[in-house]
Amino acid sequence: MTTLFDHPDNTWELIANGLPWTLSLAGGSLALGFFLAIGLALVRLSPFRPLQWVAYAYVYLFRSTPLLVQIFLIYYGLGQFEAVQKSFMWPFLREAHWCAVLALTLNTTAYTSEIIRGGLLAVPWGQVEAAKACGMGMGLRFRRVVFPQAIRQALPAYGNEIVLMVKSTSLVSTITILDMTLIARKETSATFSIEPLFIAAVFYLVINFLATRAVMWLEYRMSPDLREARTGKTLPDQDVVRAH
Amino acid sequence: MAIAGAQTTEAPSASSPPMLEVTDLHKRFGDLEVLKGVSLSTANSNVISMIGASGSGKSTFLRCINLLETPNAGEVRVDGELIKMVTTRDGSLKPADISQVDRIRSRLAMVFQSFNLWTHMTVLENVIEAPVHVLGVPKREAIEKAEALLDKVGIVDKRDQYPAHLSGGQQQRCAIARALAMEPSVMLFDEPTSALDPELVGEVLRVMRRLAEEGRTMVIVTHEMRFAREVSDEVVFLHEGRIEEQGPPAQVFGNPVSDRCRQFLATTEGAAAGH
Repeated sequence: MTTLFDHPDNTWELIANGLPWTLSLAGGSLALGFFLAIGLALVRLSPFRPLQWVAYAYVYLFRSTPLLVQIFLIYYGLGQFEAVQKSFMWPFLREAHWCAVLALTLNTTAYTSEIIRGGLLAVPWGQVEAAKACGMGMGLRFRRVVFPQAIRQALPAYGNEIVLMVKSTSLVSTITILDMTLIARKETSATFSIEPLFIAAVFYLVINFLATRAVMWLEYRMSPDLREARTGKTLPDQDVVRAH
Repeated sequence: MAIAGAQTTEAPSASSPPMLEVTDLHKRFGDLEVLKGVSLSTANSNVISMIGASGSGKSTFLRCINLLETPNAGEVRVDGELIKMVTTRDGSLKPADISQVDRIRSRLAMVFQSFNLWTHMTVLENVIEAPVHVLGVPKREAIEKAEALLDKVGIVDKRDQYPAHLSGGQQQRCAIARALAMEPSVMLFDEPTSALDPELVGEVLRVMRRLAEEGRTMVIVTHEMRFAREVSDEVVFLHEGRIEEQGPPAQVFGNPVSDRCRQFLATTEGAAAGH
């Protein structure tokens, strides 16, 4: 990971050196998890019982165990199997950094798939029928009618997931990754000052502020039909609805 | 007694096959048999209205034509092309070739009771969506045609609005424009005015009347008796999944053979007089 400040002058710069880790782990796992989650949501909504169960089991497993335990299991646990050590994955799985990506991705996939599933189910069936009646095939229906509406519906909940993931990256500090949290903890131990932890908290606040603003902007962009026709303002009563 | 269901098709027209030909359609929902052998052909008529009480199977019949519901038995032909079905292990039917179904659906436009416009698209986008993505019409061409159609149904000024900003009547007219944009062989109307406020019904019926006058092939499930009487070439009265009465509107409305049809018309007369 690139180092922002080779010779940090103050605690801010020192903590900022962990920022690339936080951003890349959150961004990478969210991006990967998003696409996996679409697949998982579709599997759960597929008409095939056994597949539905597998998908449900996956979601259940990863939502019901602590992320910290998952990180430990992957980082400390996988290496104990000879098969894993001999597999082509070993060059990745022996690196703390890939273990972190894996754990975070698997975790967010589980949550995000439920968010997307909710969005998919919220698309009115009549609109799907209208698409069928026009001769739109399954792929086209999904791409043009179902998914754009599902994602818009899912966005507020997904904004939550983004915030949670940014904060969850702090757990990777437990497996030797020098993210903002680990740097802050080390500095706190060295100086007996809570200032580094405080600064790290400010960084998380700023990231999440920007992330939530970005989601709000996206939401606004994606729902022109929920805004008033001419003024471009959001209707007051719909504001209330979307706030819940 | 009544005219039996399965003997609809009279002498088929000489040269080209009828736009739509449905033969002996059966549909069950669980133990409930909704359609007990209904046949229909547009061989001799362009506009067919289907009337009958709620639960008589009219909408189900319409939805079986484009396979929004899968019939349990029977055949559907569009422009002479049979929709191929295969029998599954439990004895019911399913489409043999989904791409054929998609292709045939693109020639059977449907207008729904609840409009079912795509809410995330503008009026214009709704109309060009299927021509561009299903038929492969170039976008500019599709837009030109869509504007002409929106003009025809009287909402071209709403082209950039979203469905949520339109009245019910405007939404339904947009849905009709969307259906027309596919240049369908047959248009299926599933109670197109039933979800509308009374004062908005007229504007939709006017558009439909114009389409009928153009000679379009239409199958209309409706509760608007006066409209059915004035616009249809043929009226079909459905009762408990069977055709009870069928013929030109003057006969069905003026001199029905079936007692049930007579009773039904008597109960709806009050409502029909309202328009």
